Amino acid sequence: MATLLPPPSKKQKRLAQEPKDLDLIPEDLPNVLVRFQASDTGENTGGSVRVPGAATEKQLEMLLNQLQETNDDPTPYTFSVIKGEGDEQTLIDITDNIWASILKPGHKSTEDQLTIVYTPRAVFKVKNITRSTAAIPGHGSTILTTQFAPHTSSRMVSGSGDFTARIWDCDTQTPMHTLKGHSNWVLCVAWSPDGKMIATGSMDNTICIWDAVKGTQIGKPLKGHTKWITGMSWEPLHKVKEGHVPRLASSSKDGTVRIWDIGAGTYLRTMAGHRSAVTCVKWGGIGFLYSASHDKTVKVWDPESGRLQHNLTAHGHWVNHIALSTDYALRTGGFDHDTTRKDFKASDTELRTKALEKFNKLANTSGRISERMVTASDDFTMFLWEPEKSTKPLCRMTGHQKAVNHVTFSPDGRYLASASFDNSIKLWDGRDGKFVTTFRGHVASVYQCAWSSDCRLMVSCSKDTTLKVWDVRTKKLLSDLPGHADEVFAVDWSVDGNKVASGGKDKMIRLWSH
Amino acid sequence: MPQNEYIEAHIKKHGRRLDHDERKRKREAREGHRISKDAQNLTGFRAKMFAKKRYAEKVAMKKKIREHEQSKVNGTPKEHNPEDGDALPTYLLDRQQPNSAKALSSSIKQKRLEKADKFSVPLPKVRGISEEEMFKVLKSGKRRNKSWKRMITKHTFVGEGFTRRPVKLERIIRPSALRQKKANVTHPELGVTVHLPILGVKKNPQSPMYTQLGVLTRGTIIEVNVSELGLVTAGGKVVWGKYAQITNEPDRDGCVNAVLLV
Repeated sequence: MATLLPPPSKKQKRLAQEPKDLDLIPEDLPNVLVRFQASDTGENTGGSVRVPGAATEKQLEMLLNQLQETNDDPTPYTFSVIKGEGDEQTLIDITDNIWASILKPGHKSTEDQLTIVYTPRAVFKVKNITRSTAAIPGHGSTILTTQFAPHTSSRMVSGSGDFTARIWDCDTQTPMHTLKGHSNWVLCVAWSPDGKMIATGSMDNTICIWDAVKGTQIGKPLKGHTKWITGMSWEPLHKVKEGHVPRLASSSKDGTVRIWDIGAGTYLRTMAGHRSAVTCVKWGGIGFLYSASHDKTVKVWDPESGRLQHNLTAHGHWVNHIALSTDYALRTGGFDHDTTRKDFKASDTELRTKALEKFNKLANTSGRISERMVTASDDFTMFLWEPEKSTKPLCRMTGHQKAVNHVTFSPDGRYLASASFDNSIKLWDGRDGKFVTTFRGHVASVYQCAWSSDCRLMVSCSKDTTLKVWDVRTKKLLSDLPGHADEVFAVDWSVDGNKVASGGKDKMIRLWSH
Repeated sequence: MPQNEYIEAHIKKHGRRLDHDERKRKREAREGHRISKDAQNLTGFRAKMFAKKRYAEKVAMKKKIREHEQSKVNGTPKEHNPEDGDALPTYLLDRQQPNSAKALSSSIKQKRLEKADKFSVPLPKVRGISEEEMFKVLKSGKRRNKSWKRMITKHTFVGEGFTRRPVKLERIIRPSALRQKKANVTHPELGVTVHLPILGVKKNPQSPMYTQLGVLTRGTIIEVNVSELGLVTAGGKVVWGKYAQITNEPDRDGCVNAVLLV
């Protein structure tokens, strides 16, 4: 016998009786006065314009392109409206049209003048990845970390528990070089932003520098740390002095951060201020070095003098990871999605100026160069900071139910994603730390996530052996990528967006493509 | 070559000689003397073999002593040894890992890789159970002269939402006192035992009819709900049903013990 549904309750009946809101735009909607303002420089474009109250995002985009006289080569934009004054200023995104996003919820009325802030979207589009193009064996043990080269998607480096790192040719899907030299697990790898060198940090307390093209070791292993290396970060390319090689910062379990001179093979500075293991180090683009530690603090250093600038204490437990809003610019240096072609040639100086240009563009928010930092912690929360401005956090981001392991800013700094051991990924607004959405789908701890360079997609890797691709716009799961036979520890998206590489406990490097 | 284990058989039959333990003790006490004598007197290949063996023993001993000393000095857990265990990324290094589910899932995968015989079960053969033992005849009718009703004397699993049929039509009764909902399931490789809900009876080796009736006897394959173990498939979905074989006679023990088939 088929089960009969119980009759609707009184409440359900009452709700069914009530008049429903229809998403109809009223016909007598007047025009509204709007003014366009660039999000990076804060300058106004054109004067005040009267637009229909029901103008859609597309229409605004056309109008703006007309105002800027870029009609023949239109740029896509996202729009948001400024609400409030002074310190209480917030941005409200226009998702569909002005009526539905601004007027109907009552953020603004038709009488007000709307200041519409526009942000250009990436003009290129990364295709969704849907399949595994290759599973490459080679490593003799668990793969702990992977990273794509900043200048091309055909090179990738992976570090493994078999004491080696390997450089892979992702076009032919074959190994290129095996970097042998460590006597213990290779825990972290970092490709220098000029694309010429690779640093590998190991459990044997040393760092090795390798030539990324030839696969040979440069100099001797860098010795100095007394415990294993937990993280490394290269000096941003635009900060490197003319004729110098970029320096390297490393953090270690022994509680110190060291800055290394690659040419001399010695350390220049030792920053010992943390009282416990340092978990992550990031070399910022405005002249700060950030380090997070198990002693619950985040410290901001001056890399030139090695002096402590700020001590940020807000977390209640270990700080696991740091992400900077400018990470993408710092990692890719002078390269971008367009220069990843094979025939691209540029001198060091060109790369440097380009890197500075790119950094300034990304760090520019309403006419000011600023770098935001987000820290993830074992106390289940994240904090958003602007260390240049204040030692107080901008925002505390709560919501996760277990330790947050990994945070990443989207390449344009607009969003940030946090991967947690509570099986979920949460998406936050990168500008003010507001909660946007939760991506659920993984059935075990999420270890890491990586953004595509057009900021539309995000891929996450998990203990449940899968990778999942999430669409940021629709806030939905786009594709589920099973294939690994065991936990996936590392994932990275190439700069031009063509490939994703992942590695984990099943000792296979997997490449994914659209 | 000995054709049989006649020495063991003899010992079993007659026992050891009365001074066996004392002789053994004495021989062990003089072991050092024998080794010393060998070390001094052996020549040629035998000396080589002897030296090699002795060297290996000494190395092992020294290693062990050092390990003990270190464990006494700092009292901290062992450092991550590169040779044993799996490598971990930096973000998992200092964390206590709840290991069970992980070990489970990887051991299952290992098994699959080895392509072990799919159809072999821990208990390949069971004692046959006759119909007389399984069923008790119930008399019915006004004069108690009808005997078409049967009652099962063994434990059974009755699915959720089962309703008994009208008395007139119910030929086989599954007593509610003998119904089981949960089983103590042991994971053979981990040696952990968990109390898991039974999902269904997949195969009773005695007869297909017993499978249908859900009779739980030794050797029966049941499906259990393993969702709380947190196993994951290759596709990243949570595994929740897995097969297990009953290892005891539930009607003797009053509980169901089973071993997970991996």
